[in-house]
Order: sequence, then C-alpha cells, then structure tokens
Amino acid sequence: MRNPAAAIQTGEHSGHETASNQAFGFWIYIMSDLVLFSVLFATFAVVGGNYAGGPRGKDIFDLPYLFGETMLLLMSSTVFGLATLAAQAGRRRAVLWRLAIIFLLGLGFIAMEIGEFRGMILAGNRPERSAFLSAFFTLVGTHGVHVLLGLVWMAAMMCQISVRGLTVPVRSRLARLGMFWHFLDILWIGIFSIVYLMGVA
Amino acid sequence: MAARRMDTSGTESRGWHSSIVGFVLSLFLTAAPFALAMSGRMSRPIAVAGIASAALVQIAVHLKFFLHLRDSPSSRWDILALIVTVLIIILFVGGSLWIMHNLNYRMM
Amino acid sequence: MFGKLSLSVIPFHDPIVMGAVGGATLAAVVILALITRYRKWTYLWREWVTSLDHKRIGVMYVILALVMLLRGLSDSILMRSQQAFAAGGSMGYLGPDHFNQIFSAHGSIMIVFMAMPFLVGLMNIVVPPQIGARDVAFPFMNSVSLWLTVAGALLVMVSLGLGEFSKAGWSGYTSLTGKQFSPDVGVDYWIWAFQIAGAGSILTSINFLVTIIRMRAPGMRLMQMPMFTWTTLFTSILMVFAFPVLTAALFLLTLDRLLGMHFFTNELGGNMMMYVNLFWTWGHPEVYIVVLPAFGVFSEVVSTFSGKRLFGYTSMVYATAGITILSFTVWVHHFFTMGAGPAVNIFFGIATMLIAIPTGVKIYNWLFTMYRGRIRFATPMYWTLGFLMTFTIGGMAGVLLASPPADYVVHNSLFVIAHFHNVLIAGTLFGFFAGYSYWFPKATGFRLDEKWGKRAFWCWLTGFYLAFMPLYLLGFMGMPRRMHHYVNPAWHPWLIVAAGGTAMILMGVLFQAIQLAVSIKHRHSSRDLTGDPWNGRTLEWATSSPPPPYNFAKIPDVNGIDAFMDMKEKGTAYREPDRYDDISMPENTACGLIIGIAAFVLGFGMVWHIWWLAILGTLVIVFTVIVRSWNDDTGYTMPAAEVEGIESRRRELLASAFAHAEPKEGYEQ
Repeated sequence: MRNPAAAIQTGEHSGHETASNQAFGFWIYIMSDLVLFSVLFATFAVVGGNYAGGPRGKDIFDLPYLFGETMLLLMSSTVFGLATLAAQAGRRRAVLWRLAIIFLLGLGFIAMEIGEFRGMILAGNRPERSAFLSAFFTLVGTHGVHVLLGLVWMAAMMCQISVRGLTVPVRSRLARLGMFWHFLDILWIGIFSIVYLMGVA
Repeated sequence: MAARRMDTSGTESRGWHSSIVGFVLSLFLTAAPFALAMSGRMSRPIAVAGIASAALVQIAVHLKFFLHLRDSPSSRWDILALIVTVLIIILFVGGSLWIMHNLNYRMM
Repeated sequence: MFGKLSLSVIPFHDPIVMGAVGGATLAAVVILALITRYRKWTYLWREWVTSLDHKRIGVMYVILALVMLLRGLSDSILMRSQQAFAAGGSMGYLGPDHFNQIFSAHGSIMIVFMAMPFLVGLMNIVVPPQIGARDVAFPFMNSVSLWLTVAGALLVMVSLGLGEFSKAGWSGYTSLTGKQFSPDVGVDYWIWAFQIAGAGSILTSINFLVTIIRMRAPGMRLMQMPMFTWTTLFTSILMVFAFPVLTAALFLLTLDRLLGMHFFTNELGGNMMMYVNLFWTWGHPEVYIVVLPAFGVFSEVVSTFSGKRLFGYTSMVYATAGITILSFTVWVHHFFTMGAGPAVNIFFGIATMLIAIPTGVKIYNWLFTMYRGRIRFATPMYWTLGFLMTFTIGGMAGVLLASPPADYVVHNSLFVIAHFHNVLIAGTLFGFFAGYSYWFPKATGFRLDEKWGKRAFWCWLTGFYLAFMPLYLLGFMGMPRRMHHYVNPAWHPWLIVAAGGTAMILMGVLFQAIQLAVSIKHRHSSRDLTGDPWNGRTLEWATSSPPPPYNFAKIPDVNGIDAFMDMKEKGTAYREPDRYDDISMPENTACGLIIGIAAFVLGFGMVWHIWWLAILGTLVIVFTVIVRSWNDDTGYTMPAAEVEGIESRRRELLASAFAHAEPKEGYEQ
C-alpha cells in the first residue's frame, strides 16, 4: 500500500523527483512543527498545575462534547484516506466530494472548539485567569489555528482541482495536505489524552 | 516517499481496507481511554497509564494505516527523521521537566 | 487607526540617536540616488531581487550580513567608548536607557542578522555546486527565506527612528520583558524581528536538508561529500530542531504581553524560569549553528592551501556529528546559577565539557592536514591560522565555565563576554571572513586584493586581542556585564585598552571596505579566468567564475572525496560532454519579495498595535502563497543550443588562460 506522497502518477522524470522532494521536505516541516507543539506540551506540563485558585480541568472539561469533536476529526482523517485513493485513481469528482465532506467535518470541529472556548470565557474562565488556563487555551488553540489553516488550504485545493484537474503538481499538493491533516489528528490524540483525559482522570 | 506507477486494480480495495481498519482501531482506542477517564473507578496512576498507552498505540495506528509509514527503502529517511525528532522531543521535554521540577522544588 | 504610533515616537530628544537615524537615512538616499543615476533599477529587479538563483540569493545574504556587521560594530564602539569614559563617578555620554538598547541590539544583530545571514549566504553560494547540483531543492522557498530575513533586519533598523529597541538584552529574560516591566514597543520589535527571521531560518534548514539528502551528484555518497557540505547538513539539523523552540517561546511571551496570559509572569501561576529554560534550549544549538559552518570553511581552506587531502575525514564527520548531538544536551550551562540542584548542574556541566573532545579532534585534524603540506599563505589561510590559535583560548575558557562551581564565580561577568566573543569572533567571524575571501572569486568572477586583505586581518587579530583579553581579567576582577557606569578605578585602564582594541577592529573593517573598493576597481585585471583560482579540490571549482545559471551543463559523476582534484589528477576535468541537453530553470518571481514585505508589515503592525495592518500583512502572505501555487509552470527551459553556447565560450576562455603562462599567484606578495 502506498503512502500519501506516492499517490502521484509517475510523470516526466523531473516532475517525479520534484514531487518526491516536496513530500520529503514537507515531512521535515512537520517534524519541526512537532517540536514546536512539544514545547507547548512541555509548558502545559510545567505550569499546567498552577490553577491560581481558579478552575481545574475537571471543573471545566465536558468529555462527551470532547468525544464528539474527536469523532469529527477522526472521521475526517479516515475520509482523507479515501480522497487520496480517489486521487490515485484519477477520479476528480470523487475527490471533490470527499474533500467537501472533510471540509465540513473540519469546520464542525472548529465550530465545536470555538463553542467550547466561548463557553469557558463567558463563565469567567479566561486565559488570563491562571497559568493553567493560559497553557490550555494556547495548546488547544494553536492546534485549532493549524486546523483552520488546513481548511483554508483545503478550500484552495478544491478550487484548484475543479479548475485544473488532478495534474501532477495538484496531486503532490494534495498529498502534502493529507500529511498535514493526519499530523493534526495525531496531535489531537496527544491533546485529548494529556490535556483533557489525564486532567479529569 | 517515492511516487509509484498508477495501478488501480487491487490497490483501491486494499486502500479502503486500510482506512476502515485504521478507523475502527482508532475508534476503539479513543473510546477506551474516554471510558477509563469518565468512569472514575480506576486509580489515577492506572488511568493515566491506560490513557497514555492507548494514545501511543493509536498514534502508531495513524502512522501505519493513514500515513502509510512502513519499513521500505523509500520511507527510510522519513522514519529516520521521525525517530530523531522523537528523541529530540524526549530530550527537550524530559530535560525541561527535570530542570523545572528541580528548580521549583529548590526555589519554592 | 494607527495604534500606538504617532509622531511623538520619533526620538527627537536624543541627538545621538537622531544623528544615527540621519546618517542611515542619508546613506539610504545616496544609494537610491546612485542606482537611479546609473539606471540600474531594472537590472537589480531582474537579476537580483526577483532571482531564484541560489548564487544570487547567497550573495544578497552576504551583503545583508556585511551591512548588519557595520551596524553591530557601531554598537560595540558606542559601548566600549561609554565604558572607557564612565569610570569613578562619570556617567559617560550615553543615557542608561540608550545603553541598554545598544547592548540588546548588538547581540541581537550580530547573532541573528549578521552571523545567520552570513552562514546561510555561504551555504547558498557553495553547497549546490559542491554536490554537483543545479540549485537547491526549493528555489522559491529560498527566496522567501531571504526576504523574511531582510524583513526582520528592517524591523530592527526601523526601531532606531520609530520608538525604541528592547532594553532587556538579546536574550529577553522574563519578567523584565513582560507587559508590566516593558510596556514599550522595544521588546515587541525584538520579538517580531526574531520570529520573522526565525521562520526564514526554518525554511532554509528544510531546503538544505532535502538538497543534501536528495540532490547529490550520482556516485557522491554521504561519506564522500565535502566537509563544508557536511557541516551544512549538521547545521540544518540543528536549525530545524532548535528554531521551533524559539518560535514557541517568543509566541508564549507575545501572548503574555498582548493578551495578559500567565506563562512567564510572576503571579497567577506563571514561571519565569521556564522562559529562560526554553530560550537556551534554542540558544545553545544556535551558537553551534553559527560556528559549525565556520568549521566547514576551515576544513576546505586548510586542505586547499596545504595542497593536501583533509586529514582524518571520517573522524571529522563523526566529530561534527558528536558536536551536533551534544549541543542539544548542554543548555543549562547558560543558567547554572539560577537555582538548579547539583544533579542537574553536574549532568549539564559534564555534557558541556564533553563537547571539547570532538572539537579537539577537529583542531588536531586541521593541524595534521597542514603538517607536511605545501602551505600557501593566502588571505583565507591567514584567517584560519588566526582562528586556530585564538579560538583555542576561547574554547579553554569555555571548559572552565563548564564547571558549575567555577561558573558561579564568573557568571554574568566580563569573563563570559570574553569567552563567547573569543569563540564567536575567532571561530565564527574569522571563518566567515575566510569563506568570504575564499569563495569571492567564485561568486563574482574576480579576486579580492590580497594586500588589503592581509592588512585587515592583522588589524582584526590584534584588535581582537586588545579588545577582549582584558575582559578575561576584568571578569576575574569582578566586573559584571552590561554596565552603564562603574566606580572601581582598577577596571578603568583595562577598559581603555579594550576601547583601543575596538578602534583597531574598526580599522580592520575599514581596510576590508578599501579591499572591496580596490578589488572592484581592478576587477578586470584580477579576473578569475579558469574558475579555479586556488587549485581547489571540490566540485564548485570545476565551474566558471561566476558559474552559469545551471552550474553544470552535465551533472558530474563522482568517485570519491575531493572529486574535482580527482578529476584534475586523472585528466578528466574540463572534458567536453558528448551532448548538451535542454535544462529547466526556475523563473524569476516577485512573490518572495512580496511575502517579505508583507511579513515586515505584519511585524510592524503587531509592534504598534495597528491591528488592521497586521491582518493585512497576514492576508497578503496567505494570498501570495496561494497565488504562487496556482502557477504550475514556474520554470523556463534553456535550450541545449544556448547551454552549448555558454559552455563553448567558457572553453575558449579556459584555453586562453591555460595557453598563457600561469599568472603570478598574487597572494604570496
């Protein structure tokens, strides 16, 4: 079975090399982003216990709601695998439909997260309240911003695919978006486990 | 991650297979730690261990079934990069935790 | 509408600052006028600003570094003269707030806007031809990196005339840099300059990692790469892992300042030491990022000018790998005194001392390369010899500092300043000057004047010793760093000597400027006709000076280390290929520049709280990236006939150069 970057038809020699290099370069970028997030995790670990008399995790986290968010992201990741398959098979409309579904699932995730943040802030649990809340909002929020940027990228991809079709460069870009999307889902596993579940357990 | 020739026949069903298996495993590996955390019946250390293990396994599932990372010559550099990154992260995060814990203990 | 910006932020009350602003503005106006007078706008736009050629981008990086070196040096002169005056009751001539900005700007500029661009510039000019490649893996991203770095430098320069710079040192410790104690824009300028340049550095590291791993000439295995390419590889590894930590740390600080969060505050749960911890987790790898490329230069220069293969190539590679790994494990030595217990301090102290071992291996390898070699004393070799002697002293001071109890005595004293300037100047800067002298003919097509080069070297060497050896003594005498004024009269004479050293260094820089002017004036007579002015050993010397846009008409086949020397010895160098092919080249684009400008706008908006401006900058960046991605046809094809034309003209030049008597090798005057 192929990896996302292999979902590119072998075109002319330099196109193949370029797509392969682009995938490898993007993978290295993901590694650097992983290090950035690890610093946010480390900061959460160091100051996340400083509640400053404010709320703790178990006071403000809604686990069933979180499960819903997690399912949206997991389903979107799964559908991306199917979108990649359709791209390999050159099936443009299938790709567009699947990307649209992923986009809506991702948008749903963002909407739920904004709802969660809004609820907390309205209840007075603002990021300025304590180091724990600062670290929580920042770690989860930075992930959310990455998802948002992924959605912008996805919208651009859907336009490109409708207008251009599944050319070699377009497929190469789609493969990188796929890597990015899966990476965000992997980060989310870390977040819901460490921040939410371990905060409540 | 080398590009390979297009071949639709058996690959597409294998692709669906990979995605479905990945989804089902991840679903289970998500529901289990949620149940663990929400039940409140386990002691904290055990719950944390359970949650952490489920997370690590699910990440491996994602790497294999969604990102298709495997031990092939084309993936070698990717895997090397991932391993080195993970080691660096363990160093940075572990080191920071040790240092900050040490400082907090002595300065508080 | 304009956030905190208003006319009152221009420092009219400070004549020294206004003088500097006036001088800088005048210089800029003169340059713009000259460009207009000589009608070079189109040329500059087409050949340089929008170019994606790694050689052009490299030269622009080096130019940025040299300009920022002048700015950083003027900060040094101000500081040294202030301290020469401000003894026993005198307050000197600089206000304390101004002095604090100066030392903060000095460190920030020298590390991030002088050393980084210099090394990235050299990497850009040298690495692709050294591995037999036509360009880096991502030429467009290369251009983006350059213009992001320029944007960061511009933010620092603008802070002189609009507002102020940070007063909290180049390391920006919290809670001094927090909202409460630094509500002014200075810290924000510092943050955004670093963030924007840092993004450029991460992109550069990704570029070179992929280039070196994926684009080597067929036959060139990893253990056959030139040493400068190896150090570039290791430097890129350091960059890709360290810079995200800085990005995160500065991001958290920004959240504290802008949104009142509590990561590094003193109350509501913040932990100030976490900033220090994170900053140095980046900061230590950073100093190895700036020194490893210099080590790479020295390896190239020593082997070329000793006429011998590098001694102990394998051990050199492993030693550099050892340094790279260890440099991730030592960062606490920057804050031994800040409260950690013996277990933590001992671990990091020993790890720090261990780095001396692979460094020593490298020094011995260089010495053994010179042993029994036929040494030619050209300017690059002068810088190398100066480095070998002087850096070793700084390294030994470092081993002393690596011991926590010793560090407790001299932490934050001038001893530390002397140590790191010792290794940074004698190591990093001498290395970059050696690289500049060595590869100048390759990049420009003519040689640098040797006489003025050597004069400059002697000024720098003596100036360095005069300026910094007293600081070791002063450190032991108890003088702290960053002092605006002091009362201890015993320190005064040494500070005067140090100021004299700085004046000597200034003369060295002046001589380097003269060297450049003289070399440009005589460029027709000092033309590098063969492309191989030094009898080089590595592939970049196989190309013409400057190389054609595509570097190699035919990608060379490599059989071992020192591939070009191998070809020369076997007589296969300069062989005409049996056929010429079309070559695809990247097309020029303004998108890199636009992204850089937008990044500057974003940074400026964030500094002054002009939110619509920051949003505009962000949107332009996103938009430009998307627009750029829309264009699938970003290259042009150079037809084989054109390649053949360029190559045959080169062969004519080579033939005439070899036919005439070998020109006197000017550097032995």
